[in-house]
Amino acid sequence: MKLRDYIIRRLILLIPILLGVTLLTFTVSHIIPADVARVFAGGEKANPETIARIRAEMHLDDPLYKQYYYYLNDLIHGNLGKSYSENRPVVDAIKQYFPATAELTVLAMLLAIPIGIITGIISAVRRNQWIDHVTRLIAITGVSIPIFWLALMLQIAFAYKYPILPLDSRLGIDVMAPKHITGLYIFDSLVTGNFAALKSSIYHLILPAFTLGYASLGIILRITRSSMLEIVRSDYIRTARAKGLKERTVIYKHALRNALIPTLTVSGLIFAGLLGGAVLTETIFNWPGMGRFAVNAVNNLDFSSVMGFTVIMAIIMVTANLIVDILYSVLDPRIRLGE
Amino acid sequence: MEDLLKVRGLKTYFYTYEGVVKALEGINLDIYKGESLGLVGETGCGKSVTALSIMRLIQWPPGKIIDGEIHFNGKDLLKISEEEMRKIRGAEISMIFQEPMSSLNPVFTIGSQIMEAITLHQNVNKKEAEEKAIEMLNLVRMPDPEKVMNQYPHELSGGMQQRAMIAMALSCRPSLLIADEPTTALDVTVQAQILDVIQRVNKELDSSMLLITHDLGVVAQICDRVAVMYAGYIVEIGTVKQIFKNPQHPYTKGLMNAIPKIHVKTKRLEVIRGVVPNLITPPSGCRFHPRCDHAMDVCKKKVPPVTKVEEGHYVACFLHGGAK
Ligand SMILES: Nc1ncnc2c1ncn2[C@@H]1O[C@H](COP(=O)(O)OP(=O)(O)OP(=O)(O)O)[C@@H](O)[C@H]1O
Ligand code: SF4
Ligand SMILES: [Mg+2]
Repeated sequence: MKLRDYIIRRLILLIPILLGVTLLTFTVSHIIPADVARVFAGGEKANPETIARIRAEMHLDDPLYKQYYYYLNDLIHGNLGKSYSENRPVVDAIKQYFPATAELTVLAMLLAIPIGIITGIISAVRRNQWIDHVTRLIAITGVSIPIFWLALMLQIAFAYKYPILPLDSRLGIDVMAPKHITGLYIFDSLVTGNFAALKSSIYHLILPAFTLGYASLGIILRITRSSMLEIVRSDYIRTARAKGLKERTVIYKHALRNALIPTLTVSGLIFAGLLGGAVLTETIFNWPGMGRFAVNAVNNLDFSSVMGFTVIMAIIMVTANLIVDILYSVLDPRIRLGE
Repeated sequence: MEDLLKVRGLKTYFYTYEGVVKALEGINLDIYKGESLGLVGETGCGKSVTALSIMRLIQWPPGKIIDGEIHFNGKDLLKISEEEMRKIRGAEISMIFQEPMSSLNPVFTIGSQIMEAITLHQNVNKKEAEEKAIEMLNLVRMPDPEKVMNQYPHELSGGMQQRAMIAMALSCRPSLLIADEPTTALDVTVQAQILDVIQRVNKELDSSMLLITHDLGVVAQICDRVAVMYAGYIVEIGTVKQIFKNPQHPYTKGLMNAIPKIHVKTKRLEVIRGVVPNLITPPSGCRFHPRCDHAMDVCKKKVPPVTKVEEGHYVACFLHGGAK
């Protein structure tokens, strides 16, 4: 019961957070001196009547607090407004872009988390041996190589020099998209038995997922390695050895469980961050995801889209934090949620 | 008396960036069956390193046992394989540490940590291991043992944590218990209780003990014999009576003068003039000579040999021979 109460309390916390976030983005987007209505109506040569209609539609002539009130009212009803740059409801746009990002992120993390943790442990256990130097090199390059550079190098290598992997968005042009179930192509094509789409979507995912995963792997590896190094010197590890346990048990039972706590936190935050769309990766790989959607929206002064994106991100972040906290309490008995 | 443990010429060094820490410079030590030997000396003199060397738990890098013999039940622990050594650790030689809080793994229950030691060394099933663990907790007078089995270390007080550590260490009935300052981190009132538990349980199980401490009062109260360490050497060893009534080494005498009465508890032993030497560049000859009121020329040049004062009482000092 305590855990349930805790989760409910945390979810209630979403309300003030969303209020704060929307108020902030709302204010910022409305003090920008741009005539949004004119832009949407077609720019300089726009028909004044169209502009007036748009102004009315967007409540632009009302005082700010009233506009904000309208916005909140819509938000409560699950309506994020209309995207003028996409010419459809913001919710529809997000429904399309989010699965693309989610698919990419999940794959990147599936790559980064296990490999990061395993290499982090090996690196710590074999400290200062050649394998440690190699994994540290991976970690350093992972966190320091600019992602756009890595992406470009991979494209040059695997798309131009040895053209084995495609670069055109999520699917080849000659491939039919799988029937929309979740919007995750791999999942949808598997379920519907559309193997052409499955193969094509996997091929398209490899390069961007690797790019994204590589950077995350560096961070996860480093955090695992450093917490492992600290823990193997701790008193309770000495106790475990003094019991007569095998070194393998000492490391993988006694040390790892403790070392995973910081790794988990970092992984959760990376994951949540990536779900918001990796702007650079998505742009370079022409990936139709949240990051690209947000950038487009900003460039086009499409404020309802920007705000929609912000709201979704806030929800993702809060939920991710909540899940991390719950897992945290599972791993570490010293943390009792809801007390 | 019969030897249980016989340490000869034990040398342990640490290879650090600042230089080689010569932590043990040829330790000789006997522990008899059923006795309790106290090991005293100022901070940094090598007491813990001695204990960890006996357990073969010196971690490389940076530490390494570079020479010596440790005979235990007829085996030289420095010659056997790691696997054989693992069967001795926790089963025949156990160790408890200064900080009970950090010495228990925070993410496992007390019960699982004790049972782990039992199932590792004894051929029992889970149920029997659990019964044994509870039996051990009863033996160390843990309040409400069944409940404690399912509790995590942070849910216990320092004294209860140390009781749990003792229960764990003694769960396989080792013939030697090494206790490295087992009460230093505890409240004064709890210290006495824990010492009492260690002493009583140790007697009940008929094991020997190496008790490392700063507290000469504790030694007088619990130990049969005492070894005095200084900067990587054992400088004097004898029965508690011999050492307390008739200390020979100037350092031991300094320690004795530091306590007005035996049964009065003292703080850290730091009343001897001068400071603990750096073990990377230790003083030549007798390592105590910069602080010794009786230092002679020879003390700076040669390491004093061990000489017999009387039966069972030995000292390493040129005042007692070897100085020519
Ligand atoms: N892991 C290590 N790396 C480097 N030097 C070490 C290490 N462990 C111990 N030493 C050195 O070995 C010497 C002996 O240390 P030890 O811990 O045995 O002292 P001690 O007598 O137990 O002191 P205390 O009473 O403070 O516990 C010290 O000079 C210490 O600095
Ligand atoms: S050997 Fe010399 S310096 Fe060392 S304790 Fe004896 S008299 Fe003092
Ligand atoms: Mg010590």
